[in-house]
Amino acid sequence: MIAYIIRRTLYAVPILIGVNLITFVLFFVVNSPDDMARMHLGIKRVTPAAIEQWKHAHGYDKPLLWNEAAQGLENLTNTIFYTKSVRLFVFDFGRSDAGRDIGYDIRQRMWPSLAIAVPTVLIGLLVNITFAMLIAFFRGTSFDLSAVVLCVMMMSVSMLFYIIGGQFLIGKMFELVPISGYLYGIEAWKFLILPVAVGVVSGIGMGTRWYRTIFLEELGKDYIRTARAKGLSERLVLFRHALRNALIPILTGIVAVLPLLFMGSLLIESFFGIPGLGSYTIDAINSQDFAIVRAMVFLGSVLYIIGLLLTDISYTLVDPRVRL
Amino acid sequence: MRHYIPLSMMRDVYCAKYSAGDLEKVVPRCHSGAGRDPSRCCKRENAVHTPSAGRAFCAILLALIMVGCSTPWNNPYPASQTGENILYTAFQEQPKHLDPAQSYNVNEAQFISQIYEPPLQYHYLKRPYQLVPLSATEVPEPQYLDAQLRELPANAPAAQIAYSVYEIHIKPDIYYQPHPAFARDAEGHYRYHALSRADLDGIHLLNDFRDTGTRRLTAADFVYQIKRLAHPALSSPILGLMSEHIVGLGEYATKLRTVYDELKRKEGASAFLDLRRYPLEGVEVVDRTTYRITIKGKYPQFRYWLAMSFFAPVPWEAVKFYAQPGMAERNLTLDWYPVGTGPFMLTKNDPNLRMVLTRNPNFHGERYPASGAPGDARSGLLADAGAPLPFVDKVVFSLEKEAIPYWTKFLQGYYDASGVSSDNFDQAIQFSGQGSPQVTPAMRRKGIELKSAVTTSIYYMGFNMLDDVVGGDSERARKLRGAISIAVDYEEYISIFLNGRGVPAQGPIPPGIFGHRKGADGINPYVYDWVHGEPQRNPIEAARRLMAQAGYLGGRDPSSGDPLVLYFDTAATGPDSKARLDWFRKQFAKLGIRLVVRSTDYNRFQDKMRRGTAQIFEWGWLADYPDPENFLFLLYGPNARVSGGGENAANYANPQFDRLFRRMRNMADGPERQRLIDRMLHIVRRDAPWVWGFYPSSFVLHHAWYHNLKPNTMAQNTVKYIRIDPKLRAEKRQEWNRPVIWPLVGLFALVLVALVTGVVAYRRRERATAL
Repeated sequence: MIAYIIRRTLYAVPILIGVNLITFVLFFVVNSPDDMARMHLGIKRVTPAAIEQWKHAHGYDKPLLWNEAAQGLENLTNTIFYTKSVRLFVFDFGRSDAGRDIGYDIRQRMWPSLAIAVPTVLIGLLVNITFAMLIAFFRGTSFDLSAVVLCVMMMSVSMLFYIIGGQFLIGKMFELVPISGYLYGIEAWKFLILPVAVGVVSGIGMGTRWYRTIFLEELGKDYIRTARAKGLSERLVLFRHALRNALIPILTGIVAVLPLLFMGSLLIESFFGIPGLGSYTIDAINSQDFAIVRAMVFLGSVLYIIGLLLTDISYTLVDPRVRL
Repeated sequence: MRHYIPLSMMRDVYCAKYSAGDLEKVVPRCHSGAGRDPSRCCKRENAVHTPSAGRAFCAILLALIMVGCSTPWNNPYPASQTGENILYTAFQEQPKHLDPAQSYNVNEAQFISQIYEPPLQYHYLKRPYQLVPLSATEVPEPQYLDAQLRELPANAPAAQIAYSVYEIHIKPDIYYQPHPAFARDAEGHYRYHALSRADLDGIHLLNDFRDTGTRRLTAADFVYQIKRLAHPALSSPILGLMSEHIVGLGEYATKLRTVYDELKRKEGASAFLDLRRYPLEGVEVVDRTTYRITIKGKYPQFRYWLAMSFFAPVPWEAVKFYAQPGMAERNLTLDWYPVGTGPFMLTKNDPNLRMVLTRNPNFHGERYPASGAPGDARSGLLADAGAPLPFVDKVVFSLEKEAIPYWTKFLQGYYDASGVSSDNFDQAIQFSGQGSPQVTPAMRRKGIELKSAVTTSIYYMGFNMLDDVVGGDSERARKLRGAISIAVDYEEYISIFLNGRGVPAQGPIPPGIFGHRKGADGINPYVYDWVHGEPQRNPIEAARRLMAQAGYLGGRDPSSGDPLVLYFDTAATGPDSKARLDWFRKQFAKLGIRLVVRSTDYNRFQDKMRRGTAQIFEWGWLADYPDPENFLFLLYGPNARVSGGGENAANYANPQFDRLFRRMRNMADGPERQRLIDRMLHIVRRDAPWVWGFYPSSFVLHHAWYHNLKPNTMAQNTVKYIRIDPKLRAEKRQEWNRPVIWPLVGLFALVLVALVTGVVAYRRRERATAL
């Protein structure tokens, strides 16, 4: 397994370089360094000299990918791409174009993101599995049909509807919790209820349907028939046999997204005013802060690679037949 | 219908656990007289028998209600702040810069204008806007010199004036806010000016420094800040402009760039460039409380710049303090932790969530204005005349990006004031029979009041005067532009898209700025007639006649016989803009013109404007200062966007207008200046480089506990004038935010029913036989 992990880690390097390159090209296709300077200098009275000075001060006065004027290796190294990207590989995110330390901001903002994402995933998992098992238990009945129709309806509704509906009902009409905002520390709980509830409810349709499919697949297998044949109650069949085996695909799916929980939810954080990493990324895109955008894309890529690696490892843990 | 938990039910819940005395301590506001009867409580306690599942729910409910009674459940602020003299407001965009040399944005000004004090400020109440001293002792009058440095009289012709010298005297007893940069040890050395990286271990915020100090404000601090405008690492947005005016500033910037590059090579990115060692020719310290700025030629608008944060004092100690190694890595920079002399200081800087300004204990003191504009006394704006400022102890700015939560929190009493978005307009505002805006009865019942004012800004539709079809000085093009000016009905635009929040523009100068004329004298005669005491847009037939005279009969291009096709460039994209852009198409279609909308992102739009490839475009301008020069310069030839990179986006150039502009810009307000402005307005109205668009109005709603609000579109340092009544606010919040419990109870019951049904169905299915 060690060799496998090392091999996958080495594979990650060209992937990360590729991701960085694509991010860089996409960003600078849309925004030129001059545009970035104008965005930061304001929209009034911006002179060409001020733009040049801003670019010089922030290291955007170099060529993008290839420096014709330089010699030797500096053709490559004396460019915006190299100077802005190479330190990412030692997780030095540098400073944002507005001057703030990105690493510090990430460390600050990951906690609100986790505070929403972790309960959303755990409660969502519990709720979805419970519903899925219930529906699987009553498979073939009108309850099953109604539940599936309901799940499809819930899947079809936009996330924005859940957010605005939740804010309107729970925050505005019933006045049970603050409609948006955040406080650090113990007082954060009342700001988390609504986004977590919205996150859980919005995921019920898709999650329940997926888990139902997995359970139904398991329930049709021979070992289930054997379990029933030996006289086990349906409860034991479901919980002791079907659930355990269904957990393999469920677990591998969950492990893959666990590292990404850290990155936050773009929509939920933005609408509920949660100062997490999701809203951090959105704000950076809106303000054309390339330093933050590349840092967050890089971090997301690293976490995704870690997630996939953990998924592979988790296979070996839950299914002894798998060898890495 | 809203459901509230009745007080009697609350008492029932408390009785299960607490005695009346306990209740008194824990939830004093939840009681009515009857509920204090302990015997009644005990009787009910004995009578209540809940099932075990229900008990757990009741316990949770009890806990929630206990918390909820001291403060509403939906209170987004810490319960400890209830009743405090705090102003709650919001910001929609994170500030990028809080350094007064860099910040040039209204979002940032709302913070730093409360912290930094430039020499001058705008009178809070008087209109037209009037400059008054802030940290200066009086508004400086320039001394004019000729090229041989001989003094000239105040009425000397502008052509003779080589230099204008502003000598500014500052108030003697102003101190900076407490800050670690000023802290000294027992020997008198600066405590935190020679820190190593190791010394900064465990320090992440400014508050982590144990000691603070202060010192008296000096004239050298103002000079230091002007020098900072040229600092190469700061990229001040006004360096280019000020280099044209302040003697030696451009050369100074060039010199500093060389010096700083060399210094960075030696000392690294955190090198401290001590500007005190580099004199600036046009700015000098006269004595401890006096400094002098020398301006090239005559530039009377310079005094307005003295009311902006760019010219506020900055202490060198702070710059030195923040320049130490390791500070920037902790986000400890002057750009994020301002150091000022104003009524407030920034005590919490979390631009992702909340910014908090706290009363500066060293504030030198200022009094609420004793006089104002006519009508201010009647509307209660002089009730606090002479009272010491600021009124509030703290200002909490919360980041609120979305309009719905912002509005909802305002209605719940968690924001003290709010603007009005289009989504909420009908809920909040209605128009009286005379057409004046007022709050709806629902708002009035809550005690909400409306303040509105026409802002010193303009939104317009511009023609690129370099364009072959719509541009140029030919009679054909002028008539085409004139026809479009009539056809684009901005009265309708304001009604549909702004809910009436705007005034159709008659020219580039908005109301409240010298040069703007009201009434029949102020209308654009090429588009309007004065009918029954108000301007009336010319009929569309007049526009069609102009089209025919221009050679576009029926809107057809004579060269092809097809409808004339014009191109409208805009940065408005997305579904929200569709209705508006369709409306523009319809306006042009009235003349038979086919308008092609070219929507693009703002970067590409700016690029088109710089290259002069746009044909028709929309843009706006928000005044820097209340002088006609700040609007008319948008049409001054040498400021053309394509040839000069200036703010004349239409690339309009009329030699006669330019000559008049050069005369007008240096004149004091008076009849002669008004005459010149009238002539200039006549020229641009005839040439029609813009469809004049509209002057937007700002609508602000505030609660009954919020006092002294008078919209002031020039000044940003207005928080100090605002007074609130925290007791009334706390009462109203409690009254308006009673949680509705029944959905929780209903949800619990639903889950219970589902569980029971599920168990029954499960058992039935378990017992069922296969056949």
